[in-house]
Amino acid sequence: MATTETVERTPPAPSGRRTLMMALFGLLVVATLAFPLVFTMPYHRDLAIKVLLFAMLAQAWNILAGYCGQVSLGHAVFFGAGAYTSSALQMAFGVNPWLGMVIGVVLAVALSQVIGYPCFRLRGHYFAIATIAIGEIIHTLAINWEFIGGARGLTLPIRQDSLAAFQFHGTKYLYYYIILAMMAVCFYVTWRVERSRLGYYLKAVREDADAAQSVGISVTKYKLIAMALSAGFMAAGGTFYAQYLLYLDPDSVFPLSLSILVCLLTVVGGTGTLWGPLVGSALMLPLSEFTRIKWGGTGSAVDLLIYGALLTIMAVFQPAGLVGMFRRWGRR
Amino acid sequence: MFNIPSTEVLIQGIMSGILMGCLYALIAAGLSLIFGLMEIVNFAHGEFLMLGMYTAFWMYTLFALDPLLSVPICGAVLFVLGWATHKAIIRRILGAPMLAQIFATFGLGIFLRAAAQFLWSPDFRQVAKPLVQGPVKIFGISVGLPQLVASAASLLAFGFLYWFITKTETGAALEATAQDRQAAALMGINTEWMFTLGWGISSATVGIAGAFLASFFYVFPYVGSLFGLIAYVTVALGGFGSIPGSLVAGIIIGVIEVLSGLLIAPAYKYVAVFLIYLIVVLIRPQGLFGKF
Amino acid sequence: MALLTLEGVTKRFGGLVANNNVSFTVEEGEILGLIGPNGAGKSTLFEQITGFYPPTAGRITFRGQELVGLRPDQVNRLGIGRTFQKVRPFLGMTVVENVMVAAMQHTHDPAKARREAVGYLEIVELAEKRDVGARNLSIGERKRLEMARAMATKPSLLLLDEVTGGVDQRTIPTLLQLIGRLRTQQGLTLVVIEHNMRVIMSVSDRIVALHLGEVIADGPPSAVVQERRVIEAYLGDAFVVPTVGDGTGFAGGTGR
Repeated sequence: MATTETVERTPPAPSGRRTLMMALFGLLVVATLAFPLVFTMPYHRDLAIKVLLFAMLAQAWNILAGYCGQVSLGHAVFFGAGAYTSSALQMAFGVNPWLGMVIGVVLAVALSQVIGYPCFRLRGHYFAIATIAIGEIIHTLAINWEFIGGARGLTLPIRQDSLAAFQFHGTKYLYYYIILAMMAVCFYVTWRVERSRLGYYLKAVREDADAAQSVGISVTKYKLIAMALSAGFMAAGGTFYAQYLLYLDPDSVFPLSLSILVCLLTVVGGTGTLWGPLVGSALMLPLSEFTRIKWGGTGSAVDLLIYGALLTIMAVFQPAGLVGMFRRWGRR
Repeated sequence: MFNIPSTEVLIQGIMSGILMGCLYALIAAGLSLIFGLMEIVNFAHGEFLMLGMYTAFWMYTLFALDPLLSVPICGAVLFVLGWATHKAIIRRILGAPMLAQIFATFGLGIFLRAAAQFLWSPDFRQVAKPLVQGPVKIFGISVGLPQLVASAASLLAFGFLYWFITKTETGAALEATAQDRQAAALMGINTEWMFTLGWGISSATVGIAGAFLASFFYVFPYVGSLFGLIAYVTVALGGFGSIPGSLVAGIIIGVIEVLSGLLIAPAYKYVAVFLIYLIVVLIRPQGLFGKF
Repeated sequence: MALLTLEGVTKRFGGLVANNNVSFTVEEGEILGLIGPNGAGKSTLFEQITGFYPPTAGRITFRGQELVGLRPDQVNRLGIGRTFQKVRPFLGMTVVENVMVAAMQHTHDPAKARREAVGYLEIVELAEKRDVGARNLSIGERKRLEMARAMATKPSLLLLDEVTGGVDQRTIPTLLQLIGRLRTQQGLTLVVIEHNMRVIMSVSDRIVALHLGEVIADGPPSAVVQERRVIEAYLGDAFVVPTVGDGTGFAGGTGR
C-alpha cells in the first residue's frame, strides 16, 4: 500500500549511513541464523518458529492484498488445504510429506483459481465478505468430513528424525532452519515480483482497475496470478505447520481468527511493503505472548485489545504501517 | 443425507425461520443504511449488536429492567457509539483505499469484542426471567413467545425506519446524500451531519435489535461474530443500500437456515445460508434489490 | 481509410437514452472533434468504444474488427488508447511509474520501460517531475500524465476526453501544440472531446456534434459551427466564430 512516503525519491543516503544500514542488516542476518543455537529453550524456539511461519503467511497474503489490493478475509482456507492435503495423503497413502507439500500447493493454487475467478467480479467489500463466507463454509465442511478426521483432526504418525520424513524430535531446531529457508524463498519471490512487470501490473490493478484496463492490463488475469502465488505459499506453510506440530484440526488451521491474524500482522507491519509482514510478525506475536503471560486468564483478550486498536489506528492514520513510519523517520 | 421431517415440524420450522428473519432484517437494515450513505461496510456491526445485547443484559441484572423495556436505552447507548465511531474513525477514512476502510472497522470490531471479554469475561450470560417467555400457539403452530414478540417488534422498528427514511424531511435528506453527495451539499444539506446521523441511526437500530435478541438468546462476547456475518450476507443478498431488500433477504435467510438445519443437519445450517448467498451474489452482484 | 467506424450506436440506461443511432467514421491520420452540451452522450461513446460498457445496439469497428464484446484491455491492445474525463492516474505511484506500467505492454523489462516512459514524459513536458508522486500533481499535470500514459501503449488511435477541463487557461496553447504534435510526430489519429470551443476549432480537421445523444452535424469546423442546429443546441448568439478557412491556429497545422 504505497503512499507518498514510499513513493517520493529522496537523494540516496550518504554512504556512511548506508554502510551502517548494511552492517545492521548483516548483524540481523547473523543473529537470525544463530538464534536457535543461542536460545535453546523450547519456548523461545517455538516463538521464533511461529514468528517466521507467520511472516511467510503474512507475506503470502500481502502479495494479494497489499500489492494487488484484493482483501481476502478467508485466507486460512489455503493454509488448511495445504496442511490437510499433505497430512491426509501421508496417513492414507504413505505419501512423503515433501511431495505432499507440493501436491498441497498445487491443490491450493487450483482452489484459489476456482474461488477467484467468480469472486473477482465482486467489488472490494463484497469480495471481502464473500471470502469470509467461503472460509466459514470450508471450516464447517472440514469439521464434518470424516475422511480427514472431522472435529478430532489428524494426528500424524511419529517417525524418526529425518529431513526426508520432515520430522524432528531431538533436533527440533532444524524446524527453525526449514521455516527460515521457506520464509526466505517466499520473501525472495516477493522481492523479485515487486521489481518486475508483474509487480507493476499488480500495483496498477490495486490503484485503479479501470485505468489499468485502459492501458492493456487484463485485470482478472493478474488478480488470479496474485491469488495463485498467495495461495501457494499459504499451503506450503500449512504443510510445515502440520509436520511441526504433528497434529491438526479444523479449528487450528481453518478458523476466521487465523485469517484475520494474517491480515493484522501485515497491516500493522505495512501492506504493500516487502518487510512489513516480517516486522508485523516479529513485533506483534511476541507482544501477544507477553500479554498472555502478564495478564493470565484474561490475557488472551488483552492481546486482542491491542491488536484491534492497532489495526484501526494503523488503518486510519498509517496505512503504510510500521515500515512506512520507519521510512519517514529515516528521512528526517 | 436428507431427512424429511413431518409437515408439522416443517411448518413450525418455517415459521420460526420467518420470525428470526425479521430480526435479521432489523440487524441488517443499519448496515444497509450506512452503505447506501457512504459506501462503507461497518465490519464492527456484529460487535455493535453484541454491545446492544450486553446493555440490555446489564439493565436487567443491575436494574431489573426487562430487555423489551430497555429498548430505548439500548438504542440511545448505541446511537452514541455510532456517532462517536463516525467522528473518531469513519470520517477520516472516507476517501481512503479499500484496505484502510475495511480494516478500520474490522479493528474496531476486534477491539470491542476483546473489551467485552476483558470487562465481562467470556462467560455466557442470559436474561433468566424475561417478561415474555414460554411458547404460544398461532394458527395452531407452536412458537416461542419471546421470538414472536422480538420479531413483531423488529418489524415495527423496521417499518419505523423505512417510514423515517422515505417520509420525513430528514430521511429525504439522508436519501439525497446517499444518492449524490455533491448535489446534496449544493442543496444546503449538511452532509457531515447526515453521515453522523446515519451512523447514529444505524447503530441505534442494531442496539434495539440487541435488546430484542437478549430476551431469548445467550449473551457473550463472540455472539456478534455470527450475527455480524449473517448481517453482511443478508445485506449483500438484499442489496447494499436497499432497506426493503434487507427485509426480504432477512426472511429468506432465516428460512434457509431453519430448513437446512432440518433437512440436512444442524451443523450445515450456515453452510447452506452462505452457499445460497454466494450463488446469488455471483449471478447478480448487486443482490436482489441493490443499487450497485 | 476509415480507422474507426460507428454504425447506429445506441445506448440506453433503463429509460434514459444516452446515445441514439450515432454513426460516423474516423479517418486515419485525422483529428476528429466531438462536441456537444453536457449530457449529449460524448463520454458514453468513449466508454462503448473502449469496452467499458457494451452498446445497446449498433456496431463499432476498428480496422474492420468488431469491438463490441471485447474487454477494455483487449481494446487497448488492439491499438486504442484513452484518457478519462475525471482524470485517473495511479495515485500511489510516481509519475514515471504511471507511464512505465503502460509502456510495459510492449517493453517487458522495467529498466527499458522506464527509459521509454521518460521519453513520453518529455513529450508532455513532465519529465522533470518523473519521481514525484502522482497525487502531488495539479489537474493540468495529471491530464498530461494521462496523455503520456495512454501514448505509452503505442496506440494508433487516441481518445482524449476533455483534456482542457479544469486546466489553467494559460496552459491551453501548450496543450493545443501538444495535441498537434501527437498527430504529426507520433502519427496518431485522435478523437478529442472538448468543451472549449476555441480549442476544438483550432485543433480539429472535422467535427461531429452531438445533442441529446444524436449526431446533429458532421463536417469541417467552419461548416459545423454555422449549422443552425448546432448553434441552437448550445453555442448561443454570444458566441463569435472565428471563420478561418481551414481552422489553422497553431503550430501543428490542420491543413490537408
